[in-house]
Amino acid sequence: MSAIVVEELRKSYGGNEAVRGVSFRINEGEVFGLLGPNGAGKTTTVEILEGYRERDSGRVDVLGFDPARAEQEYRERIGVVLQQSQLFANLTVRETHRLFAGYYRHPRDVDEVIDLVGLGEKRDERVKTLSGGQKRRLDLGVALVGDPDLVFLDEPTTGFDPAARRAAWEMIRSLRSLGKTILLTTHYLDEAEQLADRVAVMRAGRIIREGAPAELTGDTSETEVRYRRNGQVVVVHTTDPTKLLYELTEQALAEGRELEGLTVRRPTLEDVYLALTGDDDA
Amino acid sequence: MRLFWHQLRWEQLVFWRSREAAVFVFLFPLLLFALLTAVYNGTLYGRPASWGLLAGMLGYGCANTAFAGLALLLISRRELGILKRIRATPLPTASYLTAVLGSIMIVFALQAASLFVLGRLLKSTPWPGHFLSIVLTLALGGGAFAGLGMAITGFVRSLEGSSAVLNVIVLPMAFLSGSFGTTHHYPKVLRIIGDALPLKYMLDAINSVYLHGGQLWHEWTDVAVLVGWGIAGILVAMRKFRWEPREG
Repeated sequence: MSAIVVEELRKSYGGNEAVRGVSFRINEGEVFGLLGPNGAGKTTTVEILEGYRERDSGRVDVLGFDPARAEQEYRERIGVVLQQSQLFANLTVRETHRLFAGYYRHPRDVDEVIDLVGLGEKRDERVKTLSGGQKRRLDLGVALVGDPDLVFLDEPTTGFDPAARRAAWEMIRSLRSLGKTILLTTHYLDEAEQLADRVAVMRAGRIIREGAPAELTGDTSETEVRYRRNGQVVVVHTTDPTKLLYELTEQALAEGRELEGLTVRRPTLEDVYLALTGDDDA
Repeated sequence: MRLFWHQLRWEQLVFWRSREAAVFVFLFPLLLFALLTAVYNGTLYGRPASWGLLAGMLGYGCANTAFAGLALLLISRRELGILKRIRATPLPTASYLTAVLGSIMIVFALQAASLFVLGRLLKSTPWPGHFLSIVLTLALGGGAFAGLGMAITGFVRSLEGSSAVLNVIVLPMAFLSGSFGTTHHYPKVLRIIGDALPLKYMLDAINSVYLHGGQLWHEWTDVAVLVGWGIAGILVAMRKFRWEPREG
């Protein structure tokens, strides 16, 4: 079953075409990552799905709804974490969750949600006393309190320190184990690689590559071999690493020298991403 | 309806929790009343000055609460992304906006009641004679200024300085309309400007009802002008009101 179907989606602002014929499908229970540099059209795409923007053309079906019609029934079933948004500074964590829980017909237990996002100890603290990472977790808690089937996460860890980021990843994994469908946008490659079942890379309003992270990295068959020779770094790209390494080591052994700093690397998603988006982002 | 009551309850909690809002919006007119009545004696509009100043502060409080207070609340929520966030929930926008409006009206009603009590305590001002008329007058003024408050949000682009902008509108308006005393001796040009402002008509109505024992429904000019300003505000708000902060 598809949770989201997008076909030939287009959207322009003035003369600028932000989204130029984007199509993808997300299955129920899947974590889908939308990757791309700033200005690639990720947020516009997601905001059309969330019901904030109207599309110019194309077909959009989310959980059987057309988000452009902004039905209450639809909003009962989605949770949204926006890129930048704050909540009421003078309410406590628990009060904030209760306020939002009241908007839904079948909310989850407020305390359960607070524990899920790891704010149990901050339950009765005012929002203004929370750290940046804790505020993001509050955003997530508020998005989950209506017990949505589908959660939109727009750059959920931007600005986090590494520890907070790991914690957020754990949380997103736990959402997935609850069976939620998740649409995640990010410009962090490791994040997509860690969390997403499938990713789509966007550039200039189009999806230029789509697949499981392993597939994306797998279809570039080049391996990079690096070593130092006379203090100079030598980088060789090869589609036949076994042969190259044999030749290199044989030669080095014969000459009685060490292959200093030898590394053999398969391309990561980051390499693929940079190759795909590079000339635009520079 | 359940959602409206839910939101109204929380709006009240959020308002009173925010000390800045509570002091600036709720307390300030009461404070001004106490100060002004301490320094002004004699008569105003043919009544003891404290009576006239009470009427003046009801009008000023209305503009300060229903117009500036409401606008500030909406602008800050818009710029912080709270309005956008709420749009993603099942709460209907009509329930949300009516609850926000209802909440600010409760604040104004409490303020007006407190002004009457404070006047009574400090200067033995009389209770309003025509209770229904005074309630209707304050409700009409509150509604008109709330409509204008919604409209002005579309013209204030950021949170920084929005409070100053609103005060630059409200304070001179209160001065020109006669919140702080009669405008008969003002230069003609200032009186002409004052005559164009909605607060002038609200104060006229309050004076007629509170100071001179009239009924609101006899002051049809005032009613018509206030209704007109309110409708104009709502029409502008429908075109200019934004739910999201400006991009980037």
